[in-house]
Formats: sequence, C-alpha cells, structure tokens
Amino acid sequence: MYGLGILKGLGVTIRHFFESYIEDIRYAGSKLTPTQKFEKRQGTDAVGIYTVQYPEEKIAVPERFRFVPFLVVEDDDHPDRPGHDWCTSCGICAKVCPPQCIWIVRSEDPVSKRPVPEPEAFFIDIDICMNCGFCAEFCPFDAIKMDHDYELADYDRTGTHIYDKEKLSKPFSFWRKIAPTTAWEEAVDRKSWEHTDVVKAKQKTGAPISVPGGLNDPYQPPIVPKKEEPVAAAPSAAGEAVAEAVPAAAAAPSEEDLAKEERRKKREAALARKAAEKAASEGN
Amino acid sequence: MTDQMIAPAAPGSLDSGDVAGYLKTKFPDAVKDDTRQGYSGVVIDRNRLVEVAESIKNELGYNYLSSATAVDYLGIEDSMEMVYHAYRTSGGGPLVFKAQTPRENAEIPSLIDVWPGADFQEREAYDLYGIHFPGHPNQKRILMWEGFEGHPMRKDWKEAYYEQELKPFDSRWPKGYARRAEELNMFGKNVKYPSDLNLSRLTDHSESSLYSGMGLGVDVEPVPDSEGLQTDKLVVNLGPHHPSTHGVFRMVVTLNGETIDQLEPVMGYLHRNHEKIGERNAWNHNMPFTDRLDYISSMSNNLGYAQAVEKLMALGARYTPPTYRAEVIRVLMVELTRIVNHLWAIGFLLNDLGAFFTPSLYGIAEREKVLDFFEAVSGSRMMCNYMRFGGVFKDLPERIRSTANLVNDQVRDFDTMKYLTELINDSLPRAIDEYDRFLTDSEIIKARTQGVGYLPAEMAIAYSAAGPLLRGSGVAYDVRRAEPYSIYPELDFDVAVRYNGDIYDRYLIRLDEMRESVRILKQILPRLEATKGESIFSGNKAIYMPRVPIGESYGRVENPKGELGYYTVSQGDPKGPQNPWRYHVRAPSFINLTALGPMCKGQKVADVVAILGSIDIVLGETDR
Repeated sequence: MYGLGILKGLGVTIRHFFESYIEDIRYAGSKLTPTQKFEKRQGTDAVGIYTVQYPEEKIAVPERFRFVPFLVVEDDDHPDRPGHDWCTSCGICAKVCPPQCIWIVRSEDPVSKRPVPEPEAFFIDIDICMNCGFCAEFCPFDAIKMDHDYELADYDRTGTHIYDKEKLSKPFSFWRKIAPTTAWEEAVDRKSWEHTDVVKAKQKTGAPISVPGGLNDPYQPPIVPKKEEPVAAAPSAAGEAVAEAVPAAAAAPSEEDLAKEERRKKREAALARKAAEKAASEGN
Repeated sequence: MTDQMIAPAAPGSLDSGDVAGYLKTKFPDAVKDDTRQGYSGVVIDRNRLVEVAESIKNELGYNYLSSATAVDYLGIEDSMEMVYHAYRTSGGGPLVFKAQTPRENAEIPSLIDVWPGADFQEREAYDLYGIHFPGHPNQKRILMWEGFEGHPMRKDWKEAYYEQELKPFDSRWPKGYARRAEELNMFGKNVKYPSDLNLSRLTDHSESSLYSGMGLGVDVEPVPDSEGLQTDKLVVNLGPHHPSTHGVFRMVVTLNGETIDQLEPVMGYLHRNHEKIGERNAWNHNMPFTDRLDYISSMSNNLGYAQAVEKLMALGARYTPPTYRAEVIRVLMVELTRIVNHLWAIGFLLNDLGAFFTPSLYGIAEREKVLDFFEAVSGSRMMCNYMRFGGVFKDLPERIRSTANLVNDQVRDFDTMKYLTELINDSLPRAIDEYDRFLTDSEIIKARTQGVGYLPAEMAIAYSAAGPLLRGSGVAYDVRRAEPYSIYPELDFDVAVRYNGDIYDRYLIRLDEMRESVRILKQILPRLEATKGESIFSGNKAIYMPRVPIGESYGRVENPKGELGYYTVSQGDPKGPQNPWRYHVRAPSFINLTALGPMCKGQKVADVVAILGSIDIVLGETDR
C-alpha cells in the first residue's frame, strides 16, 4: 500500500516523541533535587533524549579529558619544597607542541650563568593551544598536565589569554584529585609519589621514599566507586563543593579567594619553617 | 556491466612486479626506474607522459588514479615533480609514476583525458605549486582565489606571520619571552607586491574569471525557445553561506529553467594550507592536525597518517611494527568512527532532503555514546589525537567515568568492556535498524532519491570517486580488502556494494557499511579481551622527536568518506630536525567532488542539495 513506508517511519518518530516525556512522568511527583534528577536522567537506565541544561547542569568530564595544560607544583604543605615547580625547564613540551604555544624562559644562575633546572617564566598562549596533550604526554617529569577546566571564555582576548606561570601553576594534590588513576599510574612509573629530583636527593641522603602502594605511601590507590553506593554518600569533596557552588554562584569567588589566601599563608609558613631549620642546621 | 568493472581490467594483465619492466621495454627511452634512496616506481619523461599513461591505464589495467600531487625539491634536485598513484579496481598495490619538470616555467602535460579524476588534483597542483598543465580545459586556481600572488606550497614561499622554516621554533626555549603573533606585522619582511600594482586601481578579477570560464557574461545571446519565447540562462550561486552545503562550499549553477546545465564547485573558503603547516611541523606535530581534516572521523585520519609514517619508518633499521593489541584498538576506533560518520551522513542527507533535524538527532544521540567512549579513552570527543607511530596513545581505561572537579561524579561510571559490549551488541545495531525502519521504505525518500544523481560505475572509477560513492555505483572497491592493512585480513566482513548509483543506493550502502562495521566490531571484542594487559606500544613509549629515514611513502586507509591517502616524503638530515619534506593529503571529500558536476547535469535545482548531501563532504577536508 502506498504510504505504508511513511507510516512505519512515523511510528519511529512518535515513539521517540513519547519517550522524551517518559522521564518527566517518571519523576513527576518525586522530591529529588534538580541535581539528583539530573543524575538519574544521565544514568544508564534513562530513556529518551534528555538535554543537559548547560550551564546549570554539566556532564562531568572523564579523567583523561584534556584542555589547556597546567603546571604541577608541590603542595603548599610539602615538607621539603612547598610550592616548588616540578618543571625543570628542559623545553621538551615547547618543542613537541604542534602549534608552538608554549614559551619557556630557563633560569640561569646569576653568578655562573649555568642553567638552573627551574623555569624563570612559563607562558602558554591559550588562544593558540589546540589541547592535543602532547606536552603532558612527553614531559619526562610529569610536570605539565592537562586541566579539566574548559570554561575559559573572557571579555578581553588581547590582554589575558597568555597564561603566565602564576596562573598555570596548580598543586600536585589537584592533579591527584582530578585524575587519580592517571596520577597513580605515573607515580608507579616514577616509583614514587615524589618528583624525580626529590627522589634522587632522598636516595643520596638515605631518607625514606614514599613508594606508591608501599609502606610509606601517604595515599591510597584510586578507589573505583561502586555503583551500589548511594550518591549522597560519595566521598568526593570536589563534587560537593561544586554542587554547592551552583546555587550559590555569587558567593563562589570570595570562597576561592579565601582558599587562595589560606594556601599562600600555608606556603609562607612552610617556607619560614624551612628557612628556620636551615638557619638552625647552619648554626650548628 | 558491473561484473566487468570488478574483474581484472585487462586480460592477462601483469602483476605489479612486472609492470615497471613492461613499461621500460615498451618505452625504453621514456621510462626509468626511480633509483633514489627510499623511492619506488618509475620516472616518466614528461614529454611522453600522456602516451605512457594511456598504456598504464589501458594495457596494464591501472584504471583508478588515486592521487596526483606535486613535490618541490628546491635545494635537493632543484626540480619539481608530479607523483601519481594508480591502482587497479580489482585490488593490489599501486603503480607509482612520476614526471619531473624544472621549477622555472614548470609544465607537465595534463592527464585529464586519461583519468578525468586528475581534474581537481591538477588544478590544486597548479594553484599551490604553479605547475602548468597543457591540455587541462579549466586550469585555474582551486583553493586560493584568482589573483593570489605566488604559489604557496613552493618551498620558497612564506606565509603570513612567518617565523622560521621548521618547527620547533628557536624563540620558544630557552629564552621564550611570550608575545602574541598579532602584535607583529602580519607579513613582516615577507611582502612581495606585483610590479604593476596600483593600489588606487585595485580591482577584483576573481569572480569575473570564474564566470568567464563558464562561458557566461553579458554577451550571452538570448535564444528563442520552441514557443518563440526569449529565454536566458540563469546563474545561481548556491552557497558559500548556505546551510545545505555543510559548511562554506559554493556551487555556481547555470540553470535552464529549473534544469541544471552546468555546475561548477567553488571551494577554498576554509583553506588554511594544511600541507604547508604540515611541512613546517615535525612528524609528531601533524597528528593533532589530521584530526581537523575530516573532523567527524578523526580517528581514521589519525590511522592513515600513522600508517604512512610507519611505512617510512619501516625503511629504516630500527623499526618495530605496532603490537597486536595496538592494531586491535586501532581497528576498534576506526570502525566505531565509520558508524559515527555514517549516522551523521545519513542524518544530514535527510536534512538536505527537508526532514529538518529529526533523523539527524536520532543518529546524533547514538553517536553521543561513541563519543563518550572516545572522550574517556583519548581525552577528546572529536579531536582525538589518539594514534601514535608504532601504537596508540594509551590503553583503554578500566572504567569510563570521571572523578573530575565538576558535578555528578557518579553518574556515568561504566566498566569499559561492558560498555563497549553493550554498545556493539545492542545499542548500535538497534540504532541502525531504527534508521532502516524509519527511512528505507519511506515513499517520500524514494521519490526524492531513486534515480537522482546517477553515477555509472565507469564514470565513478574515471572520476576517482571513493568510498560509498564508488561502491554505491557498483564497484566493489574497498581499501580494507583491495590493499589490506592492520588486522583486516583476519577479520570476516563483506565489502558492501549497491548497483544503481543513485542517492538512494548511497544511502543504503551507508546502512550496509554500518552493519558490516558492527560485524567487525563483534569480532574485535573477543580480541580485546584476549589481548588485555598486553603492550600497546612496540617500543617503550612514543618518542617525542622520532627519526624518520629518507624516502617516500603513500599510506591509504578506507575512511568513512572514501580513500584517505597521505603521501609523505622525508628528506631529513638524520641528525638535523625531523620534519616531513612533503606532506600531502589525498582527501576523499575533495576528489569526490569531481563527480558532482557530471552527476548534477540535467537534474533539477532542488536535487543538487540532495546530491551533494549524498557525497557526504566535510569542508575541513575538502579545503584543507
């Protein structure tokens, strides 16, 4: 019969049409918060197409997700070198960068003019960066990593899009937080949670080295969250922090500033402590 | 008719080993072996090129010209050459032949009469290298605009914001004080004005030369038709800013009433000289750039480039081929990409037919699941940058999940293998079947597509059409079977063929190919399980500046859109910087457009959009 094909096709359309409302009906009377609802509808048993209402709702990005790189620095409470760069300014990332968006100024010893393994300045032009991840992949010191923050829109293109070292630096604990599995794998490859240089120094003095999974390991291997676990009991501080920040968006910047300030104080305190120790040891 | 096309073209034709010998005996003074280190094929005296080419096509049966491209050997041989790769549609390796010309007044006879598929490729060589092709009926620029000064792929041409011949640039390290390129003068010291330039009398000739090439203009005589009405042909520009052109593509159409007399594709609006960028780049640098060619199927682009460079590396001593697991993962990615691409292509073909976004979105929803997988594995949904020379970026993760700093940590948390198994065994076949139910029997689609945009098999071969366009015309030619690569020889699948050569068959063949891809993927799953934990890299790790021995290679893969080929030449000093001397992309979207004009002739103007949609082009690849 002529037209049967069209009717058959329209059957598909109408099924899709109704399916898109099933979720609405299913959770119509429930007391779930919008966030919880979102999780249900993005889960495995969801039916129909459910649009993500960005920016109110966001799909979490996977661990390997790559956006503009950041530089790994030691945590502010690191016992030996708080806030120290992991980067040794070897320049491999700048060489391997396809669009050549990484600019590094290598430090020099002011007296001997010999290169010091620490970048004096480090710039990434985020307008040019193509987020390929080569810098992170080929860095021999795991010092540059791909960030997950993809919201970089800005009103001033000309003045703010060359990120300097201060803007790029993020503590190692941040990397462990956004990519626990990868950080774990890398630590296993390095045979320590510490930077290669720290390990070498410790080997010289015979100080204990924290081997991932070993006796002195301060961190647990990445836990694979179990599906049965209720969502609310998830131990992710990061998720909660952002989830809270969504309704209280106006308050977020000040919190961020506070955290920054706290970090700065911690770093200064640690540095002061270290200087005092050094002075004490020299005095002896 | 079609059986004849599939069978070996010439009875008693020679296999590829004897071909060079045959040519040398037949044309002793015109054909020489290419004896340069790492090169293959024959060099043909350019004055007798057409004669030899006719023999290659008609006597030896190399009826399919895959790639024709130019290379500038400035500073090495101070000559330019055209490199041709011809194949038999019955399968097998290429016959590589070259013709050389001095750089000044470069001239090589056109092969358009032997292989009409050389049309766009010769125009591209003329545009980018300035080689003239006597005998080409329409020799004008194709990617750059008419009136552009210079030929940008020549080695002595410098682009805007030119900084240094080869990457990595010295200014980046160790004294990398950042600056924005825009702060500099765009052309710096790199400006050449034509001697007769008069800025006050600058006129744009680009359009007038286009129209004059079509035999149009003010002096077209109105011809009275049979009823005595004076009619005139009408020129309509479809695009470049037209939603049906899938980007910035333009078709200049001459209409006789509603019927198309002539169609001229105009492209280059998205041209960024990908190949010049590629020659400034180091070998590794090009990998993420290939993502941006056909951005719907970046994984396959990656594979083609990786294989081309691996072929080159195999010429050297220290090369180990990719491990089995790496090959399995590669095929997994490529076949998923094929499904993604065809879901997209069918959706947008329907868009072009007027079914505004309903079918597209059904395909896109399914595509989303594959992209989620790509994102979890490679780190990006579309710009995957996943393949490396000798392996892949990273093994599949244990779980597809995020522990990221955003909301909804626990929402998407799947075991990778379970996710893949569900996807391949369940969800993708369901989506394909749904498309089938939804569209295949629809009378509207049949009315709009059956018998429209007809491309006969012999024309498809002659115009170097590839992929679904070629196979929809009844030519069972698939690189995966014709010249197998990776682990395809051990996989069980059929080459999909349809025989009517119209839009409807091109739609059906995409459905068939998706089903075949699912069939391949089902065989990949046990292989993935079996190789779990094995190395994904032949060496230790990807090398950041790989050494590539001197030579040439042509790596081609069956991309979802057709045959994607990379012609690479390495001339690098083994101790110096490692950059490709030549990096050419044989883009299927670009060459498939050669057949657009002939397919549209005599059709109605409303069908043009559908015919273009059935070719399935991506402008990132067409314009490069």
